[in-house]
Amino acid sequence: MAFVPAGTIRVFEHRALEYSRVWRATLFNSFLTPVLFLASMGLGLGTYVDSAGSTVLGGVRYIEFLGPGLLAATAMQVGTFEATFPILGGFIWNRVFHAMHATPISPRDVALGSLGWIAFRLLIVTTVFTVVLVGFGAVRSPLIVLAIPVGLLTGLAFATFVAAFSATQRVMTKFNYIFRFVIQPLFLFSGTFFPIEQLPGFLQPVAWLTPVFHGVALARGLALGTAFESPALFVIHAVVLVGFVLVGTWLAVRAVERRLVV
Amino acid sequence: MTEGPRTDLPLIHARGLTKRFGSITAVDAIDFDVARGEAFGFLGPNGAGKTSTMRMIGGVSPVTEGLLRVLGLDQRTDGPRIRARLGVIPQTDTLDNELSVRENLLIYGRYFGLKWAESGRRADELLDFVQLTERKDDIVEQLSGGMKRRLTIARGLINEPELMLLDEPTTGLDPQARHLVWDRLYRLKQRGTTLVLTTHYMDEAEQLCDRLVVMDKAKIVAEGSPRQLIERYSTREVTELRFPPGIQETLDGQLDGVAERIEWLPDRVLLYAEDGEAVAVAIHDRGVRPETVLVRRSTLEDVFLRLTGRTLVE
Repeated sequence: MAFVPAGTIRVFEHRALEYSRVWRATLFNSFLTPVLFLASMGLGLGTYVDSAGSTVLGGVRYIEFLGPGLLAATAMQVGTFEATFPILGGFIWNRVFHAMHATPISPRDVALGSLGWIAFRLLIVTTVFTVVLVGFGAVRSPLIVLAIPVGLLTGLAFATFVAAFSATQRVMTKFNYIFRFVIQPLFLFSGTFFPIEQLPGFLQPVAWLTPVFHGVALARGLALGTAFESPALFVIHAVVLVGFVLVGTWLAVRAVERRLVV
Repeated sequence: MTEGPRTDLPLIHARGLTKRFGSITAVDAIDFDVARGEAFGFLGPNGAGKTSTMRMIGGVSPVTEGLLRVLGLDQRTDGPRIRARLGVIPQTDTLDNELSVRENLLIYGRYFGLKWAESGRRADELLDFVQLTERKDDIVEQLSGGMKRRLTIARGLINEPELMLLDEPTTGLDPQARHLVWDRLYRLKQRGTTLVLTTHYMDEAEQLCDRLVVMDKAKIVAEGSPRQLIERYSTREVTELRFPPGIQETLDGQLDGVAERIEWLPDRVLLYAEDGEAVAVAIHDRGVRPETVLVRRSTLEDVFLRLTGRTLVE
């Protein structure tokens, strides 16, 4: 990791030290969420969907349709959450970002180390999710392992932008708006639970503008083994996700610099 | 010429140092030097520009105008190198409440690039120094305010700094906790660590500072040792008179000439003279009957009142 600045690694280490106290509980949670969702929606609801004989899903079992999409949507939720309270807290509650900045650690290190930690969390969550998917038999292709980096990118596409926003906040009140008016609708309407072709026509292009739609589409293609049938589409999905992450990272670094250097 | 630290240069050298936030000037072209081994104070009320000055010295706040050299380095270009050699005690605690006492020190050592083992060795030494060894495995949230302050001081020492910056080190602590903090800072001073602190407590400044500047409204209004300042701007003693409500306003001229200088505060009258007892006798002879009469030594509070017409803690 010679190309990662030492200061960035220190910031990551700080979060790892905090996490070492609570990892059992959060790891259990990471298992529980997909198990509950796949059992209730995938198997429970899925039985009804599959028995209705609908052709909308193209002959795919509902749990196979839902599972990988849910992986991407969950990564979005986890990434967003990790970029709200923990980031704001570093500025206003325990103020650890100010403590770090009083040492050779730079604001850039603070931003990149924090995002690096979120990436690590996403890696755990998506890996666990993938294991659960395989356990439920909701996967058709070994390409599913690539859904792990897809989930990571989807989570970071949100985390970076939200972290940039959090770094500008003095109070936590606006986080509720993000969860209620952005994340919740995206979770429900970005092709996770039903194809976006079911949405009203004018909303379909909107879905294309959100990273989670691309993450869901990619993860699903990988799980079903159909991802490379349309290489152009695969590349578009991937480029959009990477683009969001890069722009968001740049914004987050800038926001943290503006917050700390006054 | 041999390379090596120049011990004759000031550790901090500021000329025309200015900090502006938009149209507000927080620090207005101040000049000062801090020598190695000195305990130097910024005394002034809230909003005088002390914290802004400290943040610039600490390398976390850009200088708007003027020259600032810290540890021989240019503040504008060498922020991280300066910060590597400083110990900073911020005004509000920035400890990680979720970590243990020792973990807070460990990770802070890491920020300075110490190896885990080395950081741990220093952490144990410092816990001993601030008398927190018995609490080392407790979560920080469980500590009292005074203990948190001592932990912050230990944390600021983990990189063996040449210069400690202390922004209001004892504000908000009870008297006993304050004395414990003062005692530790005094020991650091004895060891030769250079201390720069801000305070709005005159007793703190008198206890700890070899030399200080009085700040008011973004400017330095006086500079010297506590004793020099008192000699220059005040008298040896002060006689404080308190009257029942409404009486002070009716004294009209009765105290004229009884002391070298008279300050009328809303709740009391201060009479400045070399011999406070003599003043007390004189006003009694004039038939003035205050509720209480207190004769005391002049303090930096009196210096501040003289320089600015206001009290430090309002």
